[in-house]
This record gives sequence, C-alpha cells and structure tokens, in this order.
Amino acid sequence: MMKVLAISGSLRRDSHNTALLRAAAELLPPPVELELYEGLKQVEPYDEDDDVGAGPTGARRFREAIEGADAILIATPEYNSSIPGQLKNALDWASRPKGENALWGKPVAVVGASTGMFGAIWSQAELRKVLGASGARVLDLELPLPHAHEEAFAGDGRLADSEIRERYTEILDELVSLAEQAAQPAQVAA
Amino acid sequence: MTTAQAESTIPTGTWQSDPVHSSVAFEVRHAVGTFRGTFGEFEATLSDRGGEAKLTGRVPVESVEVKEENLEAHLLSPEFFDRDQSPEIGFESTRIAAEDGKLVVEGELSVKGTSKAVTAQGELKGPIPGPDGNDRIGIDLETTVDRHDYGLDWNMDMPDGSKMLGDEVTLIVHLELVREEA
Repeated sequence: MMKVLAISGSLRRDSHNTALLRAAAELLPPPVELELYEGLKQVEPYDEDDDVGAGPTGARRFREAIEGADAILIATPEYNSSIPGQLKNALDWASRPKGENALWGKPVAVVGASTGMFGAIWSQAELRKVLGASGARVLDLELPLPHAHEEAFAGDGRLADSEIRERYTEILDELVSLAEQAAQPAQVAA
Repeated sequence: MTTAQAESTIPTGTWQSDPVHSSVAFEVRHAVGTFRGTFGEFEATLSDRGGEAKLTGRVPVESVEVKEENLEAHLLSPEFFDRDQSPEIGFESTRIAAEDGKLVVEGELSVKGTSKAVTAQGELKGPIPGPDGNDRIGIDLETTVDRHDYGLDWNMDMPDGSKMLGDEVTLIVHLELVREEA
C-alpha cells in the first residue's frame, strides 16, 4: 500500500497546519495510507560533527520515516516570510549526504495554513526551493489556506471550503501520481 | 556543389570515439560569466550501416563533472537532469552533410525524457593514419538549445532582479574517432 508521510512544520498542539494534514486523509484516493510524523520536535540541531553513521536518534528517525514513505506531504506555517527553523533544521538532516539523502528523488507536495490573508504562500515557495535543492521531486503547486482560525475546518476536521477541498484533492492526486511514476523503472534515451 | 557531392566527403565504415582524446561539454551563462561543465563518460559512433551516414551518441548523466560536488549532486536531481528517471542523454542524427571540412548534423537530442530536433555545426577532419595503424577522424560540433525545452527549469534571482542562469545552453562536442577494424 502506498504510504504518504505527513510532516507539519508547526509543533503547536492545536496547529492549523497539522489540522490541514489530517484533513488530507479523507481526500487521498484509497488505498493510500496517511501517516502523521510526530517526532519533528525531537530532531537535534544539525551539526556536521554529529552527522556520522546513522546520526543522532531524532534525526535518524526523521530520515528513516522519509525513506520509508512513497511520498511526503508537508504543511508549513510562515514565520517572518519563511519556514519555521525546526522544519528547516530537520530537512537539512534529510538533505545529506547529497545524492544519497533521504529526500533524494522523493515526491513531495507542499501546503500551508496561516491566520493571515495569504495562507503562507511565501513559506510554501521557500519550502519548495529548499526541497528542490535537496534533490526531492517537488510538485510545483501550492495550497494556501488563509484565515485558518476562522472556521476553516468543520467540526469533524474536514475543510469547510469546497473550492479549497477540490484544490487539495487535485494536489494529492498529483502527488500520488508522481509517486507511482517514481516507482517505475528509469527511461533510457533512444 | 550539390548536397549529394558534399555528403560524399563523409568517411565510410564504422568509427568509435576515443574517450581520452574526445570531450563533451556544456556552457551556460551564470550571472555575468560563463559556466562550463563536462561529462566524463560518453560513447559516439559514426557509421554507414544501412548505406547512410549516421552519428549516434550516449552520455550517462551520472558522469557530469563540475568543480563543486554539491553542485554536481544538484545537477543529478529532478531540478536538472533527473538521473534516477532519465539516466542517459542520447543523440541520433537524421542527416549529415559535409563540404570542404564544414559539417552540419541534424538529429534528435534526448534529455530528461524529451526528444527534440537540433542542428549542430562544426568541422570534420581526416581521416589520417593513427600511430597504432588505425585511421582517425576528428569531429567538432556545437549547437545551442533552450534548457527549458527539456524541463531543466531551475533558476534563482540575483540581487538586481536578473536571473542567475541563462536559458540557452551551448553543447560542445570534440570527438576523435577511430576506424573499427572490419
């Protein structure tokens, strides 16, 4: 069964971005499994001196979770026009060693929620840049969820706005399709 | 001089590239300079099997060489050549014309899963006898492609708002080919 690892860039218990990831579960085409990553806070600060062997526990678990997934879905808030430091720190672990890193060739989609009116569009763009430089196969699509604190989610956790649900479904379908393509054998030039 | 007469100057037989005395490179504008990279491995063959001269080439993208290993890895990633999905660059000529040493080669260049027609120009030299007794010819070719045609779209903004990388990439091939013994 295909597995999508969902990573929230927000550590807050009642995070809107974590809620946005949970809302993906009902929109993913079956039988795709959505697994929410719970260990972002435990990823150690990146230090090349510590990046030996499998690395320290928190970073190792993060790398292994990415390696074990067929695709990654990341929801990011926006801090000072960019992505949260702990998310960037964890991705730095997953970006090394270059060419053999956990993110290499991994299909990734980026979404984002904010309480403001733009829905974390700058941090989504920043995140796609970081992921691309890490060798991931990044969808060139975004899902801004603005005013996330104002009834963006229904009582059952589903997204309230039908247009946003539709857009999210398209992104998830593309992500699954990219993961299916990535699993195919490589093309050899004519 | 007619085309038919011109094409008669292309050597007959089968010729294989000598990897030590050949090179495959690309150049692209970077900021205000020119960035150059090469491929350490490649194979090129000129053959008249089937009665028509044909030049073919294969380049494993894994062999890309630039002066910075992190950049080398970035070039292999999906933002550039996408080694895992498209491990080879390929070329197959559709028409070769030579006149007074000037060479024009039309063909299909395949990069990252996309094939497009290109026309390369250059020179044909030889044949001359090599020190090992085998005849050698030289083929120098150059063409320019738009990297976006092949999905190599990465770029970055410079502080003045201009783009760091140019769109046009010049491909430069210098081949020394050795006649295959019949």
